[in-house]
Amino acid sequence: MTFTRETDHGTPPAIVTGKTVCLTIDGQSVTMPEGTSIMRAASLMGGAIPKLCATDNVESFGSCRLCLVEVEGRNGYPASCTTPVAEGMVVRTQTERLKQLRRGVMELYISDHPLDCLTCAANGDCELQDQAGAVGLRDVRYGYDGATNMGQAKDQSNPYFDFDPSKCIVCSRCVRACEEVQGTFALTIENKGFDSKVSPSQGEDFLGSECVSCGACVQACPTASLIEKKVVETGTPDRAIVTTCAYCGVGCTFRAEMRGEELVRMVPWKEGKANRGHSCVKGRFAWGYAQHKDRILNPMIRASVDQPWREVSWEEAIAYTASEFRRIQAKYGTRSIGGITSSRCTNEETFLVQKLIRQGFGNNNVDTCARVCHSPTGYGLKTTFGTSAGTQDFDSVMQSDVIMVIGANPTDGHPVFASRMKKRLRQGAKLIVIDPRRTDLVKSPHVEAEHHLPLRPGTNVAMLTALAHVIVTEKLYDESFIRQRCDWDEFEDWADFVSESSRSPEAIEPLTGVKAEEVRAAARLYATGGNGAIYYGLGVTEHSQGSSTVMAIANLAMATGNVGREGVGVNPLRGQNNVQGACDMGSFPHEFSGYRHVSDTATRALFEQAWGVPLDPEPGLRIPNMLDAATDGTFKGIFIQGEDILQSDPNTHHVAAGLAAMECVVVQDLFLNETANYAHIFLPGSTFLEKDGTFTNAERRIQRVRKVMTPLNGYADWEIVQLVANALDLGWAYSHPSQIMDEIAALTPTFAGVHYDRLEEEGSLQWPANDTAPDGTPTMHIEGFVRGKGKFVVTDYVPTDEKTGPRFPLLLTTGRILSHYNVGAQTRRTDNVAWHPEDRLEIHSSDAENRGIKDGDWVTLRSRAGETTLRALITERVAPGVVYTTFHHPTTQANVITTDFSDWATNCPEYKVTAVQVGLSNGPSDWQQSYEAQAQRSRRIDVIEVAE
Amino acid sequence: MTQDSPMMSNQDRLIYMANQIARNFGTMDPARAADAVADHIASFWDPRMRAQIFELQGKGDVRLGPVAAAAITILRQSGAPPHQTQATEFNSVSGVGHSDAG
Repeated sequence: MTFTRETDHGTPPAIVTGKTVCLTIDGQSVTMPEGTSIMRAASLMGGAIPKLCATDNVESFGSCRLCLVEVEGRNGYPASCTTPVAEGMVVRTQTERLKQLRRGVMELYISDHPLDCLTCAANGDCELQDQAGAVGLRDVRYGYDGATNMGQAKDQSNPYFDFDPSKCIVCSRCVRACEEVQGTFALTIENKGFDSKVSPSQGEDFLGSECVSCGACVQACPTASLIEKKVVETGTPDRAIVTTCAYCGVGCTFRAEMRGEELVRMVPWKEGKANRGHSCVKGRFAWGYAQHKDRILNPMIRASVDQPWREVSWEEAIAYTASEFRRIQAKYGTRSIGGITSSRCTNEETFLVQKLIRQGFGNNNVDTCARVCHSPTGYGLKTTFGTSAGTQDFDSVMQSDVIMVIGANPTDGHPVFASRMKKRLRQGAKLIVIDPRRTDLVKSPHVEAEHHLPLRPGTNVAMLTALAHVIVTEKLYDESFIRQRCDWDEFEDWADFVSESSRSPEAIEPLTGVKAEEVRAAARLYATGGNGAIYYGLGVTEHSQGSSTVMAIANLAMATGNVGREGVGVNPLRGQNNVQGACDMGSFPHEFSGYRHVSDTATRALFEQAWGVPLDPEPGLRIPNMLDAATDGTFKGIFIQGEDILQSDPNTHHVAAGLAAMECVVVQDLFLNETANYAHIFLPGSTFLEKDGTFTNAERRIQRVRKVMTPLNGYADWEIVQLVANALDLGWAYSHPSQIMDEIAALTPTFAGVHYDRLEEEGSLQWPANDTAPDGTPTMHIEGFVRGKGKFVVTDYVPTDEKTGPRFPLLLTTGRILSHYNVGAQTRRTDNVAWHPEDRLEIHSSDAENRGIKDGDWVTLRSRAGETTLRALITERVAPGVVYTTFHHPTTQANVITTDFSDWATNCPEYKVTAVQVGLSNGPSDWQQSYEAQAQRSRRIDVIEVAE
Repeated sequence: MTQDSPMMSNQDRLIYMANQIARNFGTMDPARAADAVADHIASFWDPRMRAQIFELQGKGDVRLGPVAAAAITILRQSGAPPHQTQATEFNSVSGVGHSDAG
């Protein structure tokens, strides 16, 4: 692909009414949708009316007066961006008078703009420059000696882009992008007339302002006023390749804009159906880790973890890996080894890792990070609806009337989807937030939740049952939907259960701490407010009743008829970029790809025929079970691709003990992560920029990942797994990931229609994509539930065994922040640390005061499992009795605090409820000090002297 | 496990997990609940975990609650019962072929 800019039609598409109008533009007859602007109509015909303040990502503004046109029968020269097409209209876009007017406008702009085009970073990629050419500007009659806005100081505070007010033409595209696309309202135009200028927040610099660095303003800027530092440093790109972001489950697609093999910038792709041309700070800017000096590029081995690493050839590392696994199996048995697939790797790579384990290791000891995030979603939605995935596409939110967000913080965790949601809220949809914390969605500019139910951590099921109690007892349920689509007898059993007075909002108020009247009002709004959509996150799943909560959510949606059409549904916001795909690909120890149990003879026969070996009919070990078995001495070796369980999984002491008990730990990763402290073999991994494949996002959308540069380590991850497989004599012969996808399609009915040529044609496909749904399935369960009748499940509230008491009186809940991703291995190696250099403990002012803690003090955070130290952040975002922290930094290791309690059905850890005590600290805990020393020892690499 | 020590031994944890599953089927009548627990364990527990809990029960471990104990007895004596929920059931939607509930 060579470098071409994406076409900018100047204004967004018209709202679809189904009506069209016929008109003439520059002598050509054309039919356009009603409501289309003249500017867009001309662009769609292949023309290009000069413009500056218009861009098709934001609504038209009509300020620059460059896009004037003549319309027969109308006086004056209307702006084409704000004038809609009309039946019979005759438009001329280029006349002598228009040329004269445009030159006059452009002269004024240029008279107050630096003429340093040859040395400007945007030279050749500047709309102002282009438009000066388009209008034929040859001179500026006013000279350059008068008052100007040139010579103003640049704002270079943001680590990723500069703001040069001298080059600003005050077109307001950045301000409007911040409002309309991102929804943050961080930018404004300060002052009036000649003194007008773009201002972040109240005259602050960009870094200190409310700006979230999504990059929408930079993308919108038609000059070099807002420009990526990387472009300033490198120059403009010369080619672009569309690929998919490797952060979070939104799955934004970007144009990777390159110069040679150097990535210049990532620009959100307007055609991307998940992100619709938007991005967040991570995907847009935080990709510098791909070239970070910490990347390990050579394979390494060592006999024991107290030795330094020794760099070896790929051949030696692969042969050693295979021989160690075979040695262990010969000594301890077939089921003594296993592996973990990566939700950061491609579908093809995760499929190969589980295949390696099932075909090569001969067992089902495979698991993935969904174990610790959304495994309850798989269990809960499969039980109630018959699918282990969300029901909608992201566009669906624009049809919602009531949006219920439970245990999710999308403005931090899924920011690009949050922007879309906030847009719908600004249009008038109502919002209910169920969360212990006062998240940004509860109240932010132009968004305010109708109801915030700040429940005590661990009481989700009681709360959702109380909502159901109101819906049933006040007869707000949708009887015709239930009778037609669900099992009526099961509904009646469930309705009897939730109707009991002990489950009323009043009865559970002492448990949840939420006023009953607020719960009743929220239930009424969800049931009667039109299209009701539920979005939820890890605040639902990471509990001892995570699966029950998912089923309780599904019950609510079925009871109110909010399933099976646009604008409604049950939508898990998946965490990692390919966690949906990793689950789809058979990464769980009881299922093949497509969620089919290993004990099913017919399914197993299908795979046995394809892979040529008998397969184990027994479920394998989940990650926590692997660690238990390791300390028991029956699990001795593990292959871990792209996960850092020592930092991400709960009860760090137990994880460390499990890893330390194994004889062969293989880590395939970009960096020597925390888990690698316990590894014997390190296989360097590749980034998403260095390989081909697909990711599947939270809306079941399968999208291409495209290689834009050569792997620094020499191999894409799928190639490395193939090397290991062939060292185990499996005889794999894939030469491209498309062949792996063909195998997935042949073995997985929901993926039967997924092939690379179809992905090229469609851009993306949402599974199921097969003969029944050749173009994929944006909305699930339209005609009926996948399981047949929707199943109401009685979900009794069972309190967690993690109790507060005198020694541990506070409840800790953990989560993530906008600028970091998961364990931070990638984002900590970017300039995102400017926003979040350390994990902080959020604590309510009353709890802090009781303990003599001031903002910024070092505090000890202690639970029954362990203790760590970090600095306090006093805030009203958390309620009294609740504290919160992130888990992005290994120096804190928040998971040394979390316990090994877990979801009853899936063993998903109970990250969201840990009883803790907080007190002033004298310094790092003993554990932190010993961990740091051990980590440093473990990361030693022997330097091999070159022979003279 | 005491409240002051969340670190369970692996055997403690198996007992705890079985009882926890049983508590979440607590609204069912005990016989159905025992079947549901047995089905769940058969579907999601690795053979060595099942063998360990069989052994614990065989040695007279009294920490299993009545429903969990009944479930383990079912598995020891009769093997896995019929599937109780869609999460453990498969190949039942389309009849022929693969339900592929994903």
